[in-house]
Amino acid sequence: MERKSPAFTIFIYACALLLAAIILAPLAWLFIMSISPAADLAAKPLRWWPQAADFSRYQLLLSTAENSAGGAFTSSLRNSLEIAGMATLAALALAIPAGWAVSRTPAIGWSLSMVIATYMLPPVALAVPLYMGLSHLGLLNNVFGLALVYLTILAPFTTWLMKSGFDSIPREIEAAAMIDGAGLFQTLRIITLPLAAPVMATSALFAVLLAWDEFFYALLFTSDQRAKTLTVAIADLAGGRVSDYGLIATAGVLAALPPVLIGLVMQRALISGLTSGGVKG
Amino acid sequence: MSSTWMTTRAWLLMLPLLVVMVAVIGWPLVDTVGLSFTDARLVGTAGSFVGVDNYTSMLSSSNFSRTLITTTLFAVISVVAEMVIGVLAALLLNQEFRGRAILRALMILPWALPTVVNATLWRLIYNPEYGALNAALTQLHLIDAYRSWLGEPGTALAALIVADCWKNFPLVALIALAALQAVPRDITAASLVDGAGPFNRFRFVILPYLAGPLMVALVLRTIEAFKVFDIIWVMTRGGPANTTRTLSILVYQEAFSFQRAGSGASLALIVTLLVTLLAVAYAALVRKTAGSAA
Repeated sequence: MERKSPAFTIFIYACALLLAAIILAPLAWLFIMSISPAADLAAKPLRWWPQAADFSRYQLLLSTAENSAGGAFTSSLRNSLEIAGMATLAALALAIPAGWAVSRTPAIGWSLSMVIATYMLPPVALAVPLYMGLSHLGLLNNVFGLALVYLTILAPFTTWLMKSGFDSIPREIEAAAMIDGAGLFQTLRIITLPLAAPVMATSALFAVLLAWDEFFYALLFTSDQRAKTLTVAIADLAGGRVSDYGLIATAGVLAALPPVLIGLVMQRALISGLTSGGVKG
Repeated sequence: MSSTWMTTRAWLLMLPLLVVMVAVIGWPLVDTVGLSFTDARLVGTAGSFVGVDNYTSMLSSSNFSRTLITTTLFAVISVVAEMVIGVLAALLLNQEFRGRAILRALMILPWALPTVVNATLWRLIYNPEYGALNAALTQLHLIDAYRSWLGEPGTALAALIVADCWKNFPLVALIALAALQAVPRDITAASLVDGAGPFNRFRFVILPYLAGPLMVALVLRTIEAFKVFDIIWVMTRGGPANTTRTLSILVYQEAFSFQRAGSGASLALIVTLLVTLLAVAYAALVRKTAGSAA
């Protein structure tokens, strides 16, 4: 800013502190709950800072002992990883050829628009037939079934991101390679796909975040440790009769850690991915 | 290379995506339409044709109108609050101050936090016996006795909206910030020379740059808010006394809790239609904004 009075500067710093507090206070409290002894959390007046940090709940949740809180948590963690991984790979396998095709052949762009328009559909509009269909195929309470359903969310979004990514790679580069005698798939393999690698990485991370976050379909289509995801496991904990709130907070911290780390490391790419739609309108 | 072959090849590359989309979206949607005209149960009988009975009884039920009002209240208040707070935060982050980069990095945290974890976190904060909100307000002498923020009809929806805003305003802020950084420096400088005050500068110099991206954020957030399920299910399950029951929760209860697949499907399609109308209206608005900004 061009004119800066001391009062203005103080005002800016006060606002910045307020904003930082708004963002950080709930997150800090989640972490503090996870390391506070249960007695501190139940104390009145509430003890805001634990007398001694207690990390035992992390140990408890990450233990793989059968029939324990840890067993249920680690199996849901594994399910979430498997489902997010499979759904992401499948979404990219569909999105890369489709995104390239639409980018290079605008005449078929309307088909992608239709795919993206499905974003408006509330999941409840698909839930009943999907439930009956999965049940018919024996894929209820199954990681493959849930990963398949997650394509409804992941595939349109990744295709749109890949299409934007291919748009920014000049087709002249591909044309030049073809003139030099390379076939189409050789050109894509040697020229286009390496150039598109950053976009693929961004798309994959977005897909993982979306799958990791999903709750509605997981709630409907899974029922026990064979397929329950982390989000369902945490909702169970939050809605159940767990008396130790610190344990619920610990599960939350552990489930939040991967996406939060992805968000922090990738923030530049994530923000440009999120805003590219806004810029293009 | 002929353009016919180019187009055929493009369709071939599109084909796997289209096949999967038809299987997991197209077919279920058509099937939902079919179900909505029957009295099918979720498990067991296929049900028989009942015409538009499901639609008429749904639309005339007081459950539906109450739920529609709750959903609209939730969507309008939370989206407006997210837009206003988001733009204010973006204007702040567009200033120069120490720690700005760190603060901007922090903004990604609520967005990255899984929705269910966010809902659980706020459920713990609002806890009637041990929650941090009760403790803080009591220690500040703002309330005399602990309250059940999510258990009282008067406060539950507001408490949910706060939790939803906290998670979603940072995204609006980041989108607005990206747009603000596209405003050329010499334009703001020129408006200063011309004697524009802060308000006029925002209204006539900065807002045109924000309008497009903000409209897109508004559309996406409104559609999301209208479809809301996760945060409400985890925090209140639509209670107390159905005061936080939104349309998606009502469909869930109808189709899965009561296993009335037919009437659940009709309700789901009514919701779909409402969201589509909203999106179409917005699309027209976006086009208008984009036209006037250009």
